[in-house]
Amino acid sequence: MSSDSPSNIAVKIESLAYAYGDRQALCELSLEILSGEIFCLLGPNGSGKTTLFRLLSTLASLQTGSVSVMENDLADDAHAIRRLLGVVFQSPSLDRKLTVLENLRHQAAMYGLGKSVTAERIDEATRRLGIDDRLHDRVETLSGGLSRRVELAKCMLHNPSILLLDEPSTGLDPAARSDLWSYLRLLQSELGTTVLMTTHLLEEADRSDRVGILHEGNLVALGEPNTLRAELGSDVVSIQCDNPSEVIDQLQTNWQLASRQLDGIVRLEETVSAELLSDVMQSLSGQVDNISVGRPTLEDVFIHHTGHQFWHDVEVVQ
Amino acid sequence: MNNVAVSASSSLARRELIRFFRQPNRVIGAIGTPLVMWLLFGLGLEESFSVSPSGETQDENFLQYYFPGTLVLVLMFTAIFATISVIEDRSEGFLQGVLVSPVPRWSIVLGKVIGGTVIAVLQAVLMLLIAIALPMQWNLVAVLHLFGIFVAGAFGLTCLGFVLAWKLDNVHGFHAIMNLLLMPMWLLSGAFFPIPELTAQSSVGQMMIHWLMKFDPLTYVVSLVRQVMYESQQAEKFWQPDLDTSWFITLSFCAVMFLIACRVVRQPA
Repeated sequence: MSSDSPSNIAVKIESLAYAYGDRQALCELSLEILSGEIFCLLGPNGSGKTTLFRLLSTLASLQTGSVSVMENDLADDAHAIRRLLGVVFQSPSLDRKLTVLENLRHQAAMYGLGKSVTAERIDEATRRLGIDDRLHDRVETLSGGLSRRVELAKCMLHNPSILLLDEPSTGLDPAARSDLWSYLRLLQSELGTTVLMTTHLLEEADRSDRVGILHEGNLVALGEPNTLRAELGSDVVSIQCDNPSEVIDQLQTNWQLASRQLDGIVRLEETVSAELLSDVMQSLSGQVDNISVGRPTLEDVFIHHTGHQFWHDVEVVQ
Repeated sequence: MNNVAVSASSSLARRELIRFFRQPNRVIGAIGTPLVMWLLFGLGLEESFSVSPSGETQDENFLQYYFPGTLVLVLMFTAIFATISVIEDRSEGFLQGVLVSPVPRWSIVLGKVIGGTVIAVLQAVLMLLIAIALPMQWNLVAVLHLFGIFVAGAFGLTCLGFVLAWKLDNVHGFHAIMNLLLMPMWLLSGAFFPIPELTAQSSVGQMMIHWLMKFDPLTYVVSLVRQVMYESQQAEKFWQPDLDTSWFITLSFCAVMFLIACRVVRQPA
C-alpha cells in the first residue's frame, strides 16, 4: 500500500476545483487513492466532500483539474469509469415499490449482465449480506439497515473495482454499522475492492486505512489515522477555566508550553509528562474548573489543522 | 454496448409497468378523469352542440364528437403522469443509480418512454371498449389503425412529458405546466370543438384559434382518431387535415420530441 506506481493508484485527483457560482466548493485538491485500500474522506457539512463524491461518481461535470480512475480520464471517458464504479448514495437508490429481487435484476440489466450471471451474482451477494431470505419482500417493508444491505448488494453485482460510498452509516444503528464495516473488510480481503467513502463521523474515519480531512474545499490532512493522531503527541490536555488568556500566558511563561484557546477551553497538543502535568495542575488549581487529559482523536487532528471545532465553526484564538 | 442499452431500456420499461399496477390510484386517475369529463360534458352539451359529420345532418351528438378527444385525453393523462415518475425517481434517489451506470443516456429515455407508452395505450384500449356503444365502423383494420395511432400519440406525449419532468424538481411545478400548457394543448386539438375554417368573414379571434389549432401537434392525433372511428368528412366550415398529413405530423412530433428528450437527458438531472 505504500508503493505509488501508477498501477497501484486507483484514483488520481489533480488540482481539482469546483465552484457553485461564487462559492468555491473544492480548491485545487490533489489526492491519490491506492488500490485495495479503504479510504475515508472526513469533513463536516459544507467541507466539499459531497461535491467530490458527485464528481467521482460522474454525476457532476469537471470544471478545472483532472481525475483519473484506474488510468481512465474522467473528462474523456466517463463511460468506462462508470463500469468500474459501484456507487452507494446517502439516500438509497432503490425503488421502494419493487421487491429486493426486482431491484437487483434491474441493476444487473443496467450493466448488461446475462441471465445466468445475474442469478449467480444475486445469489452470491444476497447470501454474503444475509438478505437471501428477503428477496421477495418489497423494499418499502425493509428496515434502514436491511435497505442499506440491499443497496450494497445492488452496487456489487457487477463486481466493481472501486466502491464509492456517500455517508454510508447515515441512519444505521451501531450493529448495522458494524455489519457494514465487516462487509467492506470482506470485500477488501476477498475481492481486493478499493473503497472510498465520505463521512462526517469521526469513529468511522478512525476505522479506515487512510483518511483525508477536508475543510472548506481544502485537503488539510492526509494519512493513516494513527499517524495523524501521533503527529499531535501522545496527549491532548484540555483546561476549562474562567480566564483562558491568562492560563495560556502562564503555560508559556512557566513551562514553555504552547497552547491555544478554542470555545473557552485551553488546549495543549503535545506530550506532557505526568510530573509536569501534576506541576501544572497544582499551580493552576485556583483558576481552573476542569482539566482533562486524553489521547488525540481525529477531531483533535481536525482542530489542529483547521483551527476550528469539527462540529461548530468556532475559531481558535492563538 | 447495444446489449446494455437494450437490457437497460427493457428493464426501465418493465419497472414502469410494475409500478403502475402496484399503484391503483394511478389507474383510476388516468382513466377516471377523462371518463367523467366525457360523460358530464357529453351529456351536458348534447342539446347545444350542432356539428354534424357531413355538415348536412344532425346525426352526431356531442358524446360521439367528444369521444376521440377523450381517448386522446386518456393518452395524454397516462403518458404525462407516467413521466412524472422522473421527478419522483430523482427525489427518491432511484435516478442517481441509473445515471451512474454505464447505459447510454438515450436508452434511459427509451425505457421510460416505452413504459409510459405501453401504460397509456392499455388505458386507451380500455376506454375504447366504451365505443362499442357508439356508431363506429367496427372492423379489424380500423381497430389496428387506432392501435397504431394510440402508440404514436402516446410515444410523442410521453417524450414531451419526459422533457418537461427532467427540468423540474417537484411535482407541483409539473401540475402548473399541466394546467398552463398541456390542457390548452388538448383543448386546442379539436377534441372539444372543431377547428374553424378561415374565410373572408373570419374574425381575428377565429384566425388566431385556427392557427393555434393548426400548430398544435395533438390536433393531428385527434384528427386521426376521429377519421378512423367515424370515416366521415367534417363539415366544410371546419378545417380538418387529411389522414396522410395527420400521420406525417404525428410521427414527426414523436421523432422531434424523442430527439429533444435524448438531448435534455444529457444535462445533469
